Amino acid sequence: MVEAVAPAVEMVGMSLRFPGVHALDHVDFTLRSGEVHALMGENGAGKSTLIKVLTGAYPADDGELRVQGARRDFSSIAEAQAAGISAVYQDVDLCGNLSIAENVMLGNEVRSWRGIDWRRTRERAHATLSELGLSSLDLRTRLSDLSPAVQQLVAIGRATVVHPRVLVLDEPTSSLDDREVAMLFAVIRRLRDSGVAILFVSHFLEQVFAISDRMTILRNGRNVGVHPTHALDRAEVISIMMGKDLSTLRRLGSERVVHRREPAGLPVLRAEDLGRRGVFEPTKLELHRGEVVGFAGLRGSGRTELARLLTGVDRADSGETWIRDEPVVISTPRTALRHRIAFTAENRREEGVIGELSVRKNITLSLQALRGWTRPLSRRERDDIVERFIEELGIVPADPSVLVKNLSGGNQQKVLLARWLAVRPRVLVLDEPTRGMDISAKVDIQAHVAQLAAEGVSIVFISSEFEEVLRLSDRIVVVKDRRKIGEISNGPGLSVDSIVELIAADAGED
Amino acid sequence: MTQTPERAATSTSGGARIVDFLDAVQRKVQERASTLPTVAALIIFVAMIVYGEIAYGRIVQFSTLSNLLINNAHLVILAVGLTFVILTGGIDLSVGAIIAFSSVAGVMLSNAGWNPYVVILLMILIGSAMGLASGILIQYFNVQPFIATLAMMFLARGLASMLSTVPERLGDDSAIRAFATQWKIIDGPKVNDLVVTPGVLIAAIVVAIGFFVLHRTRTGRTVYAIGGSEQSAELMGLPVHVTKLWIYVISGTLAGIASVVYTSRLGIAQNITGIGWELDAIAAVVIGGTLLTGGAGYVLGSVVGALVLGLMNVLITRDGGIRPEMTTIITGSILFIFVMLQRGVIGRGR
Repeated sequence: MVEAVAPAVEMVGMSLRFPGVHALDHVDFTLRSGEVHALMGENGAGKSTLIKVLTGAYPADDGELRVQGARRDFSSIAEAQAAGISAVYQDVDLCGNLSIAENVMLGNEVRSWRGIDWRRTRERAHATLSELGLSSLDLRTRLSDLSPAVQQLVAIGRATVVHPRVLVLDEPTSSLDDREVAMLFAVIRRLRDSGVAILFVSHFLEQVFAISDRMTILRNGRNVGVHPTHALDRAEVISIMMGKDLSTLRRLGSERVVHRREPAGLPVLRAEDLGRRGVFEPTKLELHRGEVVGFAGLRGSGRTELARLLTGVDRADSGETWIRDEPVVISTPRTALRHRIAFTAENRREEGVIGELSVRKNITLSLQALRGWTRPLSRRERDDIVERFIEELGIVPADPSVLVKNLSGGNQQKVLLARWLAVRPRVLVLDEPTRGMDISAKVDIQAHVAQLAAEGVSIVFISSEFEEVLRLSDRIVVVKDRRKIGEISNGPGLSVDSIVELIAADAGED
Repeated sequence: MTQTPERAATSTSGGARIVDFLDAVQRKVQERASTLPTVAALIIFVAMIVYGEIAYGRIVQFSTLSNLLINNAHLVILAVGLTFVILTGGIDLSVGAIIAFSSVAGVMLSNAGWNPYVVILLMILIGSAMGLASGILIQYFNVQPFIATLAMMFLARGLASMLSTVPERLGDDSAIRAFATQWKIIDGPKVNDLVVTPGVLIAAIVVAIGFFVLHRTRTGRTVYAIGGSEQSAELMGLPVHVTKLWIYVISGTLAGIASVVYTSRLGIAQNITGIGWELDAIAAVVIGGTLLTGGAGYVLGSVVGALVLGLMNVLITRDGGIRPEMTTIITGSILFIFVMLQRGVIGRGR
């Protein structure tokens, strides 16, 4: 019998529950020394939770964690670090007020009897950064004076200063451009070759295929597959992540052919080169009257980001926007509202409805904001509007004074919809309006969307369910890795498969 | 790169050299931006001394400077404690009231015949205990530092008032008075002597330890890291919770020590002692260049800040023409200028 070398990290039956969610559901996971292991999954699949358990940020409810063969139970980040597990998080988590050297060495300063020996501390910081090919950095520079990319590299320097055996990189490339990603990958390969086990988490499919040796795919808190990266193609990964097998995806055809129409005339909203560095690449977009445009892409691909740029929730740093032929600047939700562009956010509880207010107040909120406080709605006007929408959308219970937090998800979504319909929008952007709803509520919302389009509203419809997007949209904008990779006119020949193929085939043309 | 065309425009070599020089100065200033307010405080301090010497005379002499140190030793000690607190982005409003409670209790116990050394220890421990209470409220009950220390302030002030509402005089033969013994270091002409008291020495030791802890221990680095970003510090695996607790214990303990130093000098304790001193100490810290939002600042800056405040009082007394009521307005103005200066520094850093 050959004694196998113990893997760097081994999780058996790892479970963690949050109220209402099984964030990790008996996950088995193995990370070997000297490999780059990608952790894949859509947002909410449990990737961050798994990382937090591994790095000691959350204690697990159940399950076993072995590091280098030894059973461990981390109760703090410091403990995990002491066991050789370092992490670099998505948002650079260093102290902007301190210098590069101080950040790299925080908590690991070289000490003598006279306290911290700054000269030797700086020498060690320099040595660590040099190993990563960053010897040109001036150690005394304040971190906040560096670009996000260099900050990210310094964060990795900090993580490696303790010579970790396991290095966790959570979305390390989200703020980097291509050249910087290449720099980062060189560093990652160097670390891997020196025997470090690297856990790489990224939404960017192409980067995962470029750097990783193996991957573990999570869905709804479960491990749904461990594969060598070269043994899978992109379409397979996507189908595993989404939980649909490929043949099912192929069979599902487009059901929406009837209400399809060719966009004609001046678009209601036109954007050229709309984008923001590190968020979404500059892109062109046109929305016509009475048209439903679907945004398709995996969760985290940039669908939401594009919608937020379009509606001024996040500020774009490039591009121009026109409403009909009039150039406009949409920099805040407020200006968007003034141009009658409405946006309903993905997480409706946090960014949508206000649970502590009544249905009545929730519905009239935006209309009142649009009118300004000097022209309050009269009681009659208000009651008219509220009653009309409760009836039209079928909000249950049909009581305007009930608090929104007591409504079901579907009805909350309808209240949100009513709020924006009350301002008679020209453009309505719906981000995951049917998420977490049962099938009848979904169909209900979809019917309302189709109805609105027929009335002339131009609609952007975002959903993780490609079938839904296909059923409703006239045109589909396909998004991947924070880029628009294509635009398809919906028609009889189109199936969910076409979209998946399109996403999989795109190899990032850089 | 971007400056090349501009430089070409002012093409004379002399002009180019000046631009180069200004560039270099600007770079230096930006590199050391966080020290700028502290340097400014030092400059103001020196300027005040020079102005005082020219306008009123008898400033740059042993006796004046000795008195400045002796009279402000307690403020320096408080300012060191608050530097720790403010560096983490917190605040401690209780230190003035702690002094009142600690000194009234100390004087009464001493007059009741307690061993003076036990009394001194108790006076310090009262401060530590109050600081610990604030720290626990803040760290484990998630109370904002402002509210937690405000509560401790009311508590300490109330306890002092319960003990006594009249001035309590410390016995003339009490050993506590030893902290105010005047040691002549240099015997100058007439009364112009360089004098040091144990109180001043204690303040100096406190400053030295404070400097050492902040700059040469990991605890000190954690203090700065918390001020930069508490969440980051936590994710880096630094002992954020323990450190935050310690900060308030340190501040409370130093308030206790300040109480001993002050009481020994004055020989009188009263429940209304120290009203507003927490604000004086905060002012000293801010004038000394520590950012109220935390993360940047120096203990030595706070010492300069405390001395600026002390010197200002001396100058106002010497002038005679300025009404004493103006003191707070002048303090406020200086504070305002420094906060604006900090704004400028932060603005450039971001």
